[in-house]
Amino acid sequence: MLDRSKTRPLRLIVNNQPHAVTADPFTPLSEVLRDHLGLTGTKIGCEAGDCGACTVLVDGVQACSCLIPVAQAEDVPVLTIEGEDGDGLIRRLKEAFLAHGAAQCGICTPGMIMAAADCLMKDPQAGRAAIEDALGGVLCRCTGYVKIVEAILDVARGGGLPVQDPEGAFGARIARVDGRPKVEGIDLFGADSAPGDALYLRILRSPHASARFTLGDCRPVLDRVPGLVAILTAKDVPGENSFGIFPTIKDQPVLADGFVRFRGEAVLALAGTREAVEAVRDADLPIEWHPEEAVIGVGMGLAPGAPVLHAKVPDNVLTRGYLECGDVEAGHAAAAVTAEGAFETAFVEHAYIEPEAGFAVRLGDRIEISACTQAPVMDQEEVARVLGIPKAAVRIRPTACGGGFGGKLDVSVQPLLAVAAWQLGRPVRIIYTRPESMASTTKRHPASIRARASADAEGHLLAYEMTGDFNTGAYASWGPTVANRVPIHATGPYKVPHVRNRTRAVYTNETPAGAFRGFGVPQAAIANETLLDDLALQLGLSRWAIRRRNALGHGDRTPSGQVLHASAGLPECLDAVEDAFRTFEAEAEAFNAGATRFRRGAGVACMWYGCGNTSMSNPSTMRIALLPDGRLVFFNGAVDIGQGSTTVLLQIAAEALGLPPAAFESVIGDTDLTEDAGKTSASRQTFVSGNAARLAGLDLRRAILALGNAGPEARLALEGATLLIRDGEASRRVDLAALPRDDEGFVLVGRGTYDPPTTGLDARGQGVPYATYGFAAQVAEVEVDMLLGTVKVRRIVAAHDVGRAVNPTLTEGQIHGGIAQGLGLALMEEFIPGRTENLHDYLIPTVGDMPEITIHLIEDPEPEGPFGAKGVGEPALVATAPAILSAIRHATGARICRVPVLPHRLFEALQAKGARS
Amino acid sequence: MRYDRPTDLAEALAIRAERRVILMAGGTDIYPAFAQRKAWGDASRADILDLSALPGLDAITEDEAGWRIGSMVTWAALADAPLPLLFDGLKEASRHVGGQQVQNRGTLAGNLCTASPAGDGIPNLMALDAGVELSSQAGRRLLPVADFLTGYRQIALRPDEIVTALVVPKGPPARAAFVKLGARHSLVISIAMVAAIVELDAQDRIAAARIAIGACSPVALRLPGLEAALAGERLATAPRRVEAAHLAHLVPISDVRASAEYRREVALHLVRDALARIHQETARRAA
Ligand SMILES: Cc1cc2nc3c(=O)[nH]c(=O)nc-3n(CC(O)[C@H](O)[C@H](O)COP(=O)(O)OP(=O)(O)OC[C@H]3O[C@@H](n4cnc5c(N)ncnc54)[C@H](O)[C@@H]3O)c2cc1C
Ligand code: FES
Ligand code: FES
Repeated sequence: MLDRSKTRPLRLIVNNQPHAVTADPFTPLSEVLRDHLGLTGTKIGCEAGDCGACTVLVDGVQACSCLIPVAQAEDVPVLTIEGEDGDGLIRRLKEAFLAHGAAQCGICTPGMIMAAADCLMKDPQAGRAAIEDALGGVLCRCTGYVKIVEAILDVARGGGLPVQDPEGAFGARIARVDGRPKVEGIDLFGADSAPGDALYLRILRSPHASARFTLGDCRPVLDRVPGLVAILTAKDVPGENSFGIFPTIKDQPVLADGFVRFRGEAVLALAGTREAVEAVRDADLPIEWHPEEAVIGVGMGLAPGAPVLHAKVPDNVLTRGYLECGDVEAGHAAAAVTAEGAFETAFVEHAYIEPEAGFAVRLGDRIEISACTQAPVMDQEEVARVLGIPKAAVRIRPTACGGGFGGKLDVSVQPLLAVAAWQLGRPVRIIYTRPESMASTTKRHPASIRARASADAEGHLLAYEMTGDFNTGAYASWGPTVANRVPIHATGPYKVPHVRNRTRAVYTNETPAGAFRGFGVPQAAIANETLLDDLALQLGLSRWAIRRRNALGHGDRTPSGQVLHASAGLPECLDAVEDAFRTFEAEAEAFNAGATRFRRGAGVACMWYGCGNTSMSNPSTMRIALLPDGRLVFFNGAVDIGQGSTTVLLQIAAEALGLPPAAFESVIGDTDLTEDAGKTSASRQTFVSGNAARLAGLDLRRAILALGNAGPEARLALEGATLLIRDGEASRRVDLAALPRDDEGFVLVGRGTYDPPTTGLDARGQGVPYATYGFAAQVAEVEVDMLLGTVKVRRIVAAHDVGRAVNPTLTEGQIHGGIAQGLGLALMEEFIPGRTENLHDYLIPTVGDMPEITIHLIEDPEPEGPFGAKGVGEPALVATAPAILSAIRHATGARICRVPVLPHRLFEALQAKGARS
Repeated sequence: MRYDRPTDLAEALAIRAERRVILMAGGTDIYPAFAQRKAWGDASRADILDLSALPGLDAITEDEAGWRIGSMVTWAALADAPLPLLFDGLKEASRHVGGQQVQNRGTLAGNLCTASPAGDGIPNLMALDAGVELSSQAGRRLLPVADFLTGYRQIALRPDEIVTALVVPKGPPARAAFVKLGARHSLVISIAMVAAIVELDAQDRIAAARIAIGACSPVALRLPGLEAALAGERLATAPRRVEAAHLAHLVPISDVRASAEYRREVALHLVRDALARIHQETARRAA
């Protein structure tokens, strides 16, 4: 129970300043830095030494501050991201990180910089190997570490920073406009701020995958524990006790009501002081559990007589997706060769380094929620429903988001915070622990895919058919989206006349599966790319050639019947990687000729990805306002989850308006101030919101030119409250303060709305589901230890058709990060509920796992896109895993049908192959 | 809840004798375990006795009999210490336990006391024939590592005792290697690992070998059959002498990291690799 006697005064020396704090000596240093000293630049991603986000220098060397009892830090110098070293090294690292685009979401950045500082303090000229060694304990989920290492190498070489284009509009490599606070460690993420009087919320979660429960009287616990204010149950939810992505499928309760459907489901919410909510042990609460048989895996979910998760869905099949064109039987019948296979993928965890966190404040009849999110307007709708209040009474103020990748599209903390703050009338905050985040939030769907592909003697694809079952876990989340997106993409980016693709999303008693970079397409790509290699092998064709022969290009028709009139650069992507593929292949064969234990291989894979929601309206609206004092404000409702939309959309708006990005300030994501830009998902912000930003810029420009009576070529400049309009020889100065103001106090406003042109799909899945597609081809080189079954990815060459790169530095960063996640998907990532619920057992790539990466940006402009641009967020990931599998097969002959290819799985595959031959 | 951080061993032993406490060294095992419990609704903790302020425990000393590695010696300190080739395996392990943050704080003694089957220090200590120095108010005793480790996460530490040092006896000059297998590059718990030490005669023949494998049984195991078979073998050909039969007493399990079958099979290769590494390193030094 609560025991104040355990605290004691302690003397700390942080950033060369003495501090006196009173704390339990057991408190981790990280907590004291953040909560007692307000130094929130030190981040917490796991409290277990696994992520390195909390890295600081203790007595001059790097250490995880989450593993150090503050007692051990007494009288020892501690240096954090907020501090300075005598040589200005930390400052140089910050500038280099900013200039190189080494910070994406920025949650890992302080830890990275401190680890790098340790390295360069020991050896100011450290090389790549020493740097990688020093960073080995800090995880980054966004960057693939490439630009981080480049930035540090730059400092080690004492080199100048990359030159920045001062105008910096479309196409320029400008530094992220929100990057400065990230590298300084002062960006505020979900856990970094809250009102001083906020109560803490702690959630009691189900330890069972399926169980009924009865709740006794919580009053005695409340009476016994000082500082414990409330224990909230399902009965305390004032509105609907349910949420979910689809208006018709709100199937997940905020707090479970009598039964739970997965391990990690929220049951009770304890509110009080932090000490109080932590002093109550789950075992002290009056819950009686009655575990029931749990449905594990789609096979069990689909079996006749399986327990039913949701009464409305007696067969556990949440959704079916379907696409058909041509006559698939006839296609197979006419073929020279056919290949088929069955493929399995695992649950994959987003592993953003920032666990969900935020706070809520009730203001009379309104509620304000500040939390990390990818979808503020959806949060607003969910919260309104859960509280039973109008949407306008809910304000979402997104904090900085420490990575999302789809996992922060669904609400997590928002409804819980809302209910507590609403009912208690006091500010409430919550910070998920890492195991809590992993156990309770969505995952990538595990897929079981059977597929069959046929080609003629020249290797032209004739027919493709697949059935895919996707494990959607206990609640619907984005299951329908996956089931609908996959059939459209499942053939891969190829011309195939006869296609039939069928999918099902199946309920199980496992962690809900939702959105994760690619919405099921990465899983499907593993199947189609493997079958393409099979066909090439059977026909004696090169794996590259069969792809080039079938690649979708300009004027080609997709399986959904859509004709690609423009921006279909896959042939160019393949051409860009051809030399690399041939070189890797030849080098591998030469290497293998003399080798026994280690064998090398080359692989190639392609991908495509429709930008925006599937066959659904998904509009975005942007506004730009000029204020009387000359401030130019970009009201941008798109949240930046690290991918760079705050910068990219500004560059587009600036290009359209004709003023440099530096002239703007941005208001991001606040639902009271910005309009709905839609979700940061589906690789849609550059394309959809980019168009809205362009239209807003053009709209404001039109208003300005009309005011100045100027022609379309006029050049604009802002000087204080004066707007300069130069048109050839003529020039006009407009005193903004003298102009009339609208209700909001603006003198001029530009507004733009864009909704991509798509059509619905008919019963056979025919139509125009997306306005545009991203394409890519990637080539991988691996080295396999034939005895141990381990794989080292040595090199990846990636060619991506991005339409046009708004900011090549950010585009490359997306591709690097996507490759890292694709590598993880292929080789190491497997979430198993109850078993890999931390970053110790769930492995994501570390810096040393990354291959050398070469990127070719292919720019086949999309006429529909803003200045030709389209999305790259998800495309970056899709081709990597199949390219690695293709390379493993080239190296070893083992055809892998299950990811991740953990060493023991490859070992078994090699043994099975050995036994056969 | 008490938290004591004495600056005097006698005081520490008195506290130890008086109360049930958790001993805290670098904290790198204690905090992750605490975080996991807290996440599932139990943030309670026991009284703590912090050993980090005790004088002298962070020293490595040498006398005629051998080396004494104080129980607060960290992985990083081991990696940097001027120690003979006998310690090359332990040093290699020291550079691959977690990341540098963990190496800077975590201790070899803590690793031993956690007694995880996957503890990278343990096979090295076994191959070094190390002893564990246990101190209490009653005095000191020395236990061989193999006797100190009594089972899966079980040690023969009495409630009144503290590990004050690891003691490595001196023998003829020897060479050592450590190989670790994990599913990613850094910051990874071993699927299996091998520590090997060989003493060589003037003709580069193996006079004595000590080899231990971790993560293939509840407690790491020595390979006495192989050790005997290697006596008199040339270092260059030693890897070829390793046979499956030498590993028959391993009892690997299947877990999220690997299957039991796989562990058993690759253990053989890892032993060969460890011997081959010693050979390469010896050849490199000779060149
Ligand atoms: C991210 C991360 C990665 C890791 N990777 C690896 C790895 O690759 N390989 C590996 O082997 N380990 C790994 N570990 C575990 C690890 O760091 C250790 O086992 C470490 O060496 C423990 O030492 P410590 O000083 O931190 O022990 P502590 O956490 O302080 O203590 C560990 C246990 O030993 C007891 N203890 C400590 N000192 C004494 C003493 N003198 N006398 C009696 N009992 C004592 C404690 O009571 C406790 O039960 C990793 C840990 C983390 C956090
Ligand atoms: S928070 Fe300390 S390592 Fe993750
Ligand atoms: S930038 Fe590294 S985790 Fe996001």
